[in-house]
Amino acid sequence: MADKVDMKRKWNWLIWVGFVTVVGGLFSYEWFAQFPVTRDFPWANLLLFGIGAVLLIVGLFRAFGRPQRYRGKVFGSVFSAIAFLLFAFFAYEIFYVLRQVPASNGAPRVGQLAPDFLLLDQNGNPVGLGDLLRGQSGPKAVALIFYRGFW
Amino acid sequence: MRSFQQHLSEFDARGIRVVGISVDPPEINRRQSQKLGYTFPLLSDPKAQVIRRYDVLHPGAGPKGADIARPAEFLIDSSRVVRWVNLTDNIAVRARPEQVLRAFDGMGAAAQ
Repeated sequence: MADKVDMKRKWNWLIWVGFVTVVGGLFSYEWFAQFPVTRDFPWANLLLFGIGAVLLIVGLFRAFGRPQRYRGKVFGSVFSAIAFLLFAFFAYEIFYVLRQVPASNGAPRVGQLAPDFLLLDQNGNPVGLGDLLRGQSGPKAVALIFYRGFW
Repeated sequence: MRSFQQHLSEFDARGIRVVGISVDPPEINRRQSQKLGYTFPLLSDPKAQVIRRYDVLHPGAGPKGADIARPAEFLIDSSRVVRWVNLTDNIAVRARPEQVLRAFDGMGAAAQ
């Protein structure tokens, strides 16, 4: 190819956009985790990772297939490797770390008596399970929700 | 917790009291309740004594390796009997309010 010299190589935008999409796929989980639909299974994030991967792959094909026309052989490879590591980290967190929950074999089962307690509420007033079940409204049940906390 | 607040009127209509428990101190709970508009009580179990009694402790999972509660939901009837339990195997997947309401509605049907 003799015309190599008279052509300035093109900006390989697919690689940049693909990389930014992958980074977005990682960091947007915090936002998507607000909604059960996108938290229970992180399909929105996986979709972003998928789109990013396609853009990176097409970008790399351009960079390696027509290097005289497109930039990105080196930085495209580096960005793709980083993108892959980000995805590996996400997958490890979501599909491994989040599933390391204690078995709780000793938790009260259906039909057993729930252990009583007396704890302070958000206003500093002591509240017991008995109080919750007795209240003036004559409650029929208590939904007790243990949560990790905001710290 | 946010979704339970959104469905709170349905819990009220059935006579179910929604209560949260965590290791957070009352001041944090007060701030969170105000910030997020929670009108149900958040109980504070800083030493995780009740959390341990219910065997829903997640050792070392909190900040600086503190012991905290794992997500878990119990439906307890007026005679203090557990009627429904949800122990997730994935921290991100918690019980949805609809599940608890359905469990309660099923509970009434079973008693009739």
